[in-house]
Formats: sequence, C-alpha cells, structure tokens
Amino acid sequence: MLDPALLSALADLLPPSAIIATAEGTRPYECDGLPLFREQPLAVLLPEDEAQVVGILRLCHAARLPVVARGAGTGLSGGATPYRKGIVLSLAKFKRILSIDPLSCTAVVQPGVRNLAISEAAAVHRLYYAPDPSSQIACTIGGNVAENSGGVHCLKYGLTVHNVRRVRAVLIDGDVVEFGGEGLDAAGYDLLALINGSEGLLAVITEVTVKLTPNPQQATCVLASFSDAEKAGDAVAAIIGAGIIPAGLEMMDQLTIAAVEPFVHAGYPLDAAAILLCESDGTPDEVTDEVALMRSLLETSGATTIQVSQSEVQRLKFWSGRKAAFPAAGRISPDYYCIDGTIPRRSLAPVLKRIEALSREFGLRCMNVFHAGDGNLHPLILFDANVPDEIARTEAFGARILELCIEVGGTITGEHGVGLEKIDQMCTQFAAAELERFHAIKRAFDAEGLLNPGKAVPLLHRCAEMGRMHVHGGELPYPDLPRF
Amino acid sequence: MSDLVAGWRDRVRAATASATPLRIVGGGSMDFYGQRLAGEILEVSGHAGIVDYDPTELVITARCGTRLAEVEQAMAQSNQMLAFEPPHFGPKATLGGSIAAGLSGPRRPYAGAVRDLVLGVRLLDGRGDELAFGGRVMKNVAGFDVSRLIAGSLGTLGIILDVSLKCLPMPRAETTLTFELPADEGLRRLNAWNATPLPLSASCWHQGRLHVRLSGAESAVAAAARRLGGEVLEQAKAYWVAVRDQTHDFFAPFRAQNGAEAAVPPAALWRLSVRVTAPHTAFGGATMIEWGGALRWVVAQEEDDAQQARAWAAAQGGHATLFRAADKSVGVFQPLPPALLALHQRLKAALDPAGIFNPGRMYAEL
Ligand SMILES: Cc1cc2nc3c(=O)[nH]c(=O)nc-3n(C[C@H](O)[C@H](O)[C@H](O)COP(=O)(O)OP(=O)(O)OC[C@H]3O[C@@H](n4cnc5c(N)ncnc54)[C@H](O)[C@@H]3O)c2cc1C
Repeated sequence: MLDPALLSALADLLPPSAIIATAEGTRPYECDGLPLFREQPLAVLLPEDEAQVVGILRLCHAARLPVVARGAGTGLSGGATPYRKGIVLSLAKFKRILSIDPLSCTAVVQPGVRNLAISEAAAVHRLYYAPDPSSQIACTIGGNVAENSGGVHCLKYGLTVHNVRRVRAVLIDGDVVEFGGEGLDAAGYDLLALINGSEGLLAVITEVTVKLTPNPQQATCVLASFSDAEKAGDAVAAIIGAGIIPAGLEMMDQLTIAAVEPFVHAGYPLDAAAILLCESDGTPDEVTDEVALMRSLLETSGATTIQVSQSEVQRLKFWSGRKAAFPAAGRISPDYYCIDGTIPRRSLAPVLKRIEALSREFGLRCMNVFHAGDGNLHPLILFDANVPDEIARTEAFGARILELCIEVGGTITGEHGVGLEKIDQMCTQFAAAELERFHAIKRAFDAEGLLNPGKAVPLLHRCAEMGRMHVHGGELPYPDLPRF
Repeated sequence: MSDLVAGWRDRVRAATASATPLRIVGGGSMDFYGQRLAGEILEVSGHAGIVDYDPTELVITARCGTRLAEVEQAMAQSNQMLAFEPPHFGPKATLGGSIAAGLSGPRRPYAGAVRDLVLGVRLLDGRGDELAFGGRVMKNVAGFDVSRLIAGSLGTLGIILDVSLKCLPMPRAETTLTFELPADEGLRRLNAWNATPLPLSASCWHQGRLHVRLSGAESAVAAAARRLGGEVLEQAKAYWVAVRDQTHDFFAPFRAQNGAEAAVPPAALWRLSVRVTAPHTAFGGATMIEWGGALRWVVAQEEDDAQQARAWAAAQGGHATLFRAADKSVGVFQPLPPALLALHQRLKAALDPAGIFNPGRMYAEL
C-alpha cells in the first residue's frame, strides 16, 4: 500500500480521478504487450501536465519510491511491467499535438500521442511521420522514443532516433531538461541519442519534436515468391548489394503465408516457401526504374512468381497480409511469443534453417515474418499457455534464438528493447565492464535507481548466478563476485 | 588487444591513477576546433586500417587512425559512401577524429549526421577497459546507445578504438543547380522545397547565389531539375568539396589556421545551428547558409557579435559555436543550462572518472 503521507501529498497535486490505488483499478496496468510478466503496482498515477509530472517525481524521489513510466503498454519486452513496490506513471493524458510546422517539417507533440495520429494530423500538409511500428494505431510517441522503435519504412527512412529532433524530459529529481533542439544538432553531448532507446530508465519524456517527411508521389510494391527460403534470403542481399534501399523489404515464410492468406486474401501464393514484399517509392519515373531493377534482381535470384502492384488498392492488399501477421498468429494458436533479434543479412538463410531445427527440437511451431532488409528477425513462437510446460519451452526456445543471433554477430534486440524479457541475454551479449558502464550511465541520470528498476541492464551478480557471464579472452570478470 | 592498444591501456590506467590529463591526437587536423588543448599528447593515428567491409551488409568497420580518405576510397570501389559527407580539414584527417568531432558535411540534412550512421564503437575508457557498444547490424537497441553518444564528444569520454558505420549506395545521378537570389528569397525557396518530395542532397547560399544539389535515380534527378529550373553548375563536385572542407573562398580569412601560415586570423567564424525557418542573420559580416537553412556561417569582427550570435541562435531554437578564432575567451560552445551541465559532468565521470581525456576541450567544466 502507498504510504498515507505520500498519498495525501499526491492528492494535493492531482485530482482524485488521476490516482488509482485499488487492486481492481491497477489491474489493467499489470502487464504490457508481453503478458508473461505481470505485477501489481502500489498505484497508477495519471498526470495531465508537466508540472504534475515534476511534482510526482519530486515526491517519489524524496520517498525513494520506484517509478515506471507507461505509454500505451504495447511494448513487447516487459518494459512497462509495473514494479511491485512502486508506482506506474501513465502518460495517457498527454495526448495533444501542440503544433505542426509544414515549412520546417516538424511536429511538436506530447508523449501520449499515438504514432499514427501524427501522420493523420500532418496529412493535410502532405507530410507524415516515417517510423511505422506495426502497433502504430495504438503505441505512443513517448514509448517509441523510449524503445527507439522501428517499422517497415525504417530501412529507408531511419528508426525513431533518426526522426526525432528534440525531447523534453523530467529527471527523477524533478529537473526539466531538453535534449536536441530545433536545429539539426545541439551543444554538448548527444543526449538525444542516449534518450532514444533508454527504456524509461533515464528520464520521463514530456514532449517530443519529430521530423516529418513529405509524402512520396508514388509507391509500388513488388510481391515475389520463392520455392525455398534460402533463395529469398539471397534475393535480399542481391537487392541491397545492387545499391537499392527499398522503402520496405519484408519476408514471410510458409507457415506465415498459410496463416494470413485465408484471413486477409492478400493474394499470396500458398505453395511458396517464402515471399518477399519489396517497396519502391519516389517520383513516378524513379519508381518505374527502380521496380524494373528490383524485378530483374528477384528473377536472377530465382523468384518463382513476381507480381507488381498496379494500383494503390492492390499495394495495400499486398501489405495487408504483412500487417495481419500478428493477429493471424493469434488465430491459429492460443498464444504466441514474438522474438526480436537482428543478424547480418548474410546469415539470414542459415539462421532460418537453425530456427527450423530448433522448432523441431522444442516441438513448437514458429512463424517467421520480419524486416529482412535490415536483418531484423521476428520469429513468432506458437504455444498454448494452458499446456503444462509450454511456456517454459517457449521461453527456452526464444532464448536459444537470441543466443543464435549473438553467435552470428547480431544482437538480441533490434527494436523491442530488453525490458525484463531479455535481461539474461544481456549477460551474453555484453561483458561485465560494459554492463558496469551502463549502470554508471544510469546512475548519472538517476543515482538511486528509481526509474524503471530491474529493467534493461542486468545486475552483475545476476549474470554471475546465471553462469552466463560473457568471458573476454579467458579472463573471468569480477572473480570476487559470488557464483552459485 | 594489439600491443599498441595494450600500451595505451597501461598509459590510460597510469594517467587515471595520477590524474594526468591526456590529449588524444588523431591526424591533428582539427586542433583549431574546441575550447582548449590540454594534456600530454597521446598519438592514436598508428591504430589504423579497415577491419571489415562487406558492401552487401552496408557496414564498414575501421580503426580510429585510418585516414578518412582511405575509408572513402575503399567504399567508392563498391559504389558506396559515408553519407554524412565528413569534412576533411587536411589530408591527415582520421576516421576517429571525424567521429569524435561529430561534424557532418553538406549532405547532413538529407542523409543524416555522423551519429545517425554510427552503428557501433569500441572504446578504451578512463579505467583502461576496452568496451564494445552497439554492433555491426542495422538495428540494435540492446543497452544504452553509447556509440551515438560518443559521436561528437570530442574525445572527452574515451579513446575510440574502432567504429562501425552504415554505408549508403552512391547516388546513380547527381546534378547541381544555381540561382541568383538574395538570401531571404533563397531561404524561402529552400523552405518550400524542403517540404516537397525532391531528391535534394545539399544546399548552399553565399553572395547572392544559391546552389542546390540533387542526387538519386537518373529519372528523379532529371524530373526535379526540370521542375526547379536554374542553371547547371559545371565542376559541381569541386564546389561541394570546397564547401565541405572550408577551402571555399568564403573561409579564406581563416585559412592561415589550417597550418599554412601562422598569421593571426582577422576575425571569428561562427557556426549557427538553427531551425530552417530562421530569418537571414542581421549581424556580423559575410554569411554562408547551408543545410536548407539549418546551418549559418557568419564571419564576425566585433566583440558584441559574440553576444548576438549566442542570443540569436538560442532564439532560433538552436546554438552557436565559435568555430574558428584566435581568441576563444567568449567560450566556444553555447553554455549549457545548469541541470544539463551537471548531467554532462556526471556522464563524463561515468566513463572517465579522473577526468583525464581532453579536459576542457568541450567545456571548461568537463
Ligand atoms: C502487435 C504489436 C506490433 C508491434 N510492432 C512493432 C514494430 O513493428 N516495431 C517496433 O519497434 N515495435 C513494435 N511493437 C512494440 C511496441 O509497440 C513498441 O515498443 C512501442 O514503441 C511501445 O510504445 P508504448 O506507448 O506502448 O510504450 P509502453 O509499452 O507503454 O512502454 C514502453 C517502454 O517505454 C517507456 N516509456 C513509455 N512512455 C514513456 C515516457 N513518456 N517517458 C519515458 N519512458 C516511457 C516505458 O517505461 C517502457 O519501458 C509492437 C507491439 C505490438 C503489440
């Protein structure tokens, strides 16, 4: 329970409706998009302006009470999972788009604004916000910055970090700071880069200036099918190697096609082992030229069929299957678990093969649907939480995939963040000294470790206990730490 | 760890133990930049060479001492480039120095800054630990993004051992158009073009002439050139290199500082990074506008120009840097608000606890 003195101080700061402190009231906040982790916070607070956020953080800082910032709760790594002895600070009421400047191509928005709402509001100026996570109808820009989220368009237009100009944020002690600016750089260290992907550990974001991109005059999507996934992987390398950066380059495997096609009728060939969706955008002439080039590269790489969208309706139809992949997984399986590793493109084919082998080993089906152009895998492991031990097997399968990503020179997370989910794999990806520096950076912002504790960076003794400590050159790091 | 780096590690550890400042020197081509140079010289140009380059992965990894020109040459053979178009302030410019300085050239607004293309770094920090952050893949959100933080930190956080950068294909076609225009009209057009889907890749206004570069597919460049009009500039490549490397006549008063003669520069060069819609500057002397309006270079003669530069840049949502000057007593970088400065100090201490790396190069307090 929340300390009564603190509760009354909060009541001076916030209207009663902005303080939820009952068990049934906080239940909707018990998890994010990864329900494997659930926790009840002491309270959920819903401030509506920056002054209230400052007030809340000052009180929490003084009381040494942990704070978990929360956007829409669509995160897939447990980043917004509450802390049992702390509060959830929801930014849901920060929903205003403060300004859109069509000349400088920027929008100033509050953190609780939904990703898609920015593009919708900018549409009158023929501008849009380029990073487009599949969750864009629901996820917030604050959450996007905190996770450095990506999406289909990021191959050509960059991730969140490349499309954010300025972030205003409140530090745990209540100080308000701004990172970046209205120009293209800022004085001092690039703290704007650091806040992107900081998973709510460094500061609470209260305002974001994003860059808007002019709508392309035309976009065309090429749908190519392949009789084996390896060839599709080679086609991806061939396209990138030829100097083309498609507006999107996505891959889906047979199980995914089989799951989505009956559901959305996107026109995917059911007999294909894999399909690629390859988008070109720009001026009409440019798109015509680029599509011709893509087509010939796909043919040389052994595509069995190639379709080019002839209209906007058909283009959207091609994409509809990709967009419906997650719901389709939910239709063919009671539960699914989305993994998010990135690998060098050259390893696509062998890694897909290894995942297939792991799928047999663990006795669990796995759909592969992912951002092939930048090597960002999203294996969806299908399972049934009601079958004893399937959750455990699923988690073990997922962990093996992440370790495989590290083994081939990749990373355990391309866009979903570490959160609680991948905290153990951090011990494999990073050496002790590196993890220690992450903690030091965290302390530079938040000495007491009150913002989103226990997330993103593992404690060193946790790594040691796991027996996962990453060993550099045979030297056992921190030999003085207890090992069990 | 090579013997060379092992030697640095020992030196760094000793320096931290005795709180001895070290001045990290790559090619030395940027010695003019920053608040002050202090400390025993630590030469890093010996740690050189391309470690890994696979054009189909769009990633290059090279050691800090590698000459920028060498990196660019290797990439050009595969029709790729460093899209941030780094300035070469001399032939000895190194990759590590370029990342540490964090300066980007004419293509910056259209293709990204140094930090946008950094994928990973290996760093020797103040404890003498070799640390790897980021990686060699396009997307990576594991751990705080220290590699982008390092870009532009002026060597104050550690020694960059090597860096992995995203490579981009060279545009298939490129053309530069010029227009006779006063500054206000130039800015107005740049703003309007900025908001339309044009394949812009550089812009520069100076002395009544606007230059605009278009890059991309042949058809896109041709269509845009028809639409914009103007005259086609011959020798465009040399023009943009001159703007990028500050060998353009506009920078002539400062050339002495590049090492040729040791004359006292007659003036100060201000770099104003502001919102693209900021009006034309009404102080100082000659002006050059780049980056679609987001970057203004102003030659200033007078003391009070410094106050004006700072105040104006801040009012235009940005900041002012005293880029080149003999007398830097007014401060090179825009002062930080107290909470932000304190954060900088704590961050510096996280990676460089004894404050040995390039102390005072960025701010006196760092
Ligand atoms: C169906 C589905 C599809 C998805 N597709 C993609 C995809 O294509 N690409 C992708 O990158 N992600 C994807 N995601 C993941 C998720 O949508 C993103 O991570 C998103 O950015 C989270 O935003 P949110 O508002 O829901 O944040 P939350 O889940 O509420 O929070 C995420 C993290 O951000 C922190 N945070 C939130 N707001 C703030 C703030 N104002 N200040 C400080 N910290 C804050 C939280 O503490 C937490 O650590 C998908 C999720 C789902 C459910």
